[in-house]
Amino acid sequence: MSGFAAMGDYAAYVWPAYGISAIGLLVAAVLVLRAHARAKAALARLGVKP
Amino acid sequence: MLRYANPARFMKLSSTLVPWLGGLALVALAAGLYLGFAAPPDYQQGDTVRIMFIHVPAAWIAMMAYGLMALASLIGLVQRHPLADVAAKAAAPLGALFTALGLITGSLWGRPMWGTWWVWDGRLTSFLLLLFLYLGYIALWNAIEDETRAARAAAILALVGAVNLPIIEFSVDWWTTLHQGESILRKGGPLIASVYLWPLALMALGYTLLFFTLWLLRIRTEIMTRRARNLMLAGEA
Amino acid sequence: MTALILRDVRLAARAGGSAMLALAFFAAVATLVPLGVGADLRLLARIAGGVLWVAAMLAALLALDRLFQADFEDGSLDVIALGPLSLEQTSFAKIAAHWLTTGLPLTILSPLLAVLFGLPSQAIGALFLSLLIGTPAVSAIGAIGAGLTLSIRRGGLILPLIVLPLLSPAVIFGAGTVLSALDGLRNGALPLLTAFSFAACVLSPFATAAAVRLNLGS
Repeated sequence: MSGFAAMGDYAAYVWPAYGISAIGLLVAAVLVLRAHARAKAALARLGVKP
Repeated sequence: MLRYANPARFMKLSSTLVPWLGGLALVALAAGLYLGFAAPPDYQQGDTVRIMFIHVPAAWIAMMAYGLMALASLIGLVQRHPLADVAAKAAAPLGALFTALGLITGSLWGRPMWGTWWVWDGRLTSFLLLLFLYLGYIALWNAIEDETRAARAAAILALVGAVNLPIIEFSVDWWTTLHQGESILRKGGPLIASVYLWPLALMALGYTLLFFTLWLLRIRTEIMTRRARNLMLAGEA
Repeated sequence: MTALILRDVRLAARAGGSAMLALAFFAAVATLVPLGVGADLRLLARIAGGVLWVAAMLAALLALDRLFQADFEDGSLDVIALGPLSLEQTSFAKIAAHWLTTGLPLTILSPLLAVLFGLPSQAIGALFLSLLIGTPAVSAIGAIGAGLTLSIRRGGLILPLIVLPLLSPAVIFGAGTVLSALDGLRNGALPLLTAFSFAACVLSPFATAAAVRLNLGS
């Protein structure tokens, strides 16, 4: 298993690359979904279904 | 196609599309990740070749997003349809994100090979300029108060940028050969071993579906926000 | 149109600001870079093309946000828009006036500053020619940015962000021209710069006019 994690000694590059991409995309998705939910709630409060 | 330009129709269509696109995106990404890590290390690049699976898709989406943004801007300018303007506005931050991811992963991919965190390679340099184009576009939207004016100004900027982009890429390419004689970042060329082709294709598909999912969600959010705002203003009147 | 160009040039000259400011900025950068980088004339000669091109471009951009601003604020832009000249022609006139009061003076000063960088004479000639041909593109593309940011109160901050990426080919080919003279190789930089500049000057008035129009409209 440590062979996999070591990524042939390139671990310091491969994992941060994947990590930053994952974090970036996850944060983006969360922000987008939350904004969407908030807008939907705002409309619901006004008694409208989108 | 323009039938869906009606906001109500768009909302209906997108509400069915989004869950599917999102679900398929996750499946594609999962499959791509699995195959990407199951593939053997490259003869020359070792395990760093796996970074290709997240670098190249990010780069493709960065370019595609700009193309979509420019197209939406053109439609918005010509047809004066607010949905097109919203679509362009919604695409920009996503495009900027993927460009940034492309730059970061590109740097990490190259570091073991080049020995430095940055190299003025043609591809990365063009990307840096693309990022600035995105940021300028977003800044322009935010700086102009009137929505319609902002939409039109940003649309003009997007189109000027779109026309300029091939020129910028050409000039950067020219500059690279002038100063380095050959592009340093050679991403496996046209003949990628099929064991790498599959994870790459799946990740590209996953990234694309993810982009469209988030893009549609952002457009929906903007439509709903404007509708809520109009309702409140009408209520006060 | 000549009348408009002359009017703008006269206004700029009276304001005194722009040409002097641009030249001062240009000279300041040209002086500070060697101070920062060291006195090795061989190094300075190699970076001269790039440094002086970037400095000239930034200097030319300095006065850009005022291209339309003054006329916009006092309403004369509306009057001009209703006048006999189309907005495209007006934009062209303003671009020409801007170049005459910034790009051209910068070009004329450049040989003097090139000496500070130890550039040999053919390279100085190349620099002069590249600036002469390239600075109109800076004015042209800058004008698009000026038009787009017309209504923004502190638009001066956004203007460089918008315009600089679009001008990167000019810097690349402009500095490349100097390098070509330095190395004695023909690398095609000057023809490419000329094509870029020509295209920019021809196309920009349309984009600029569109930008100004949308700000005058609503």
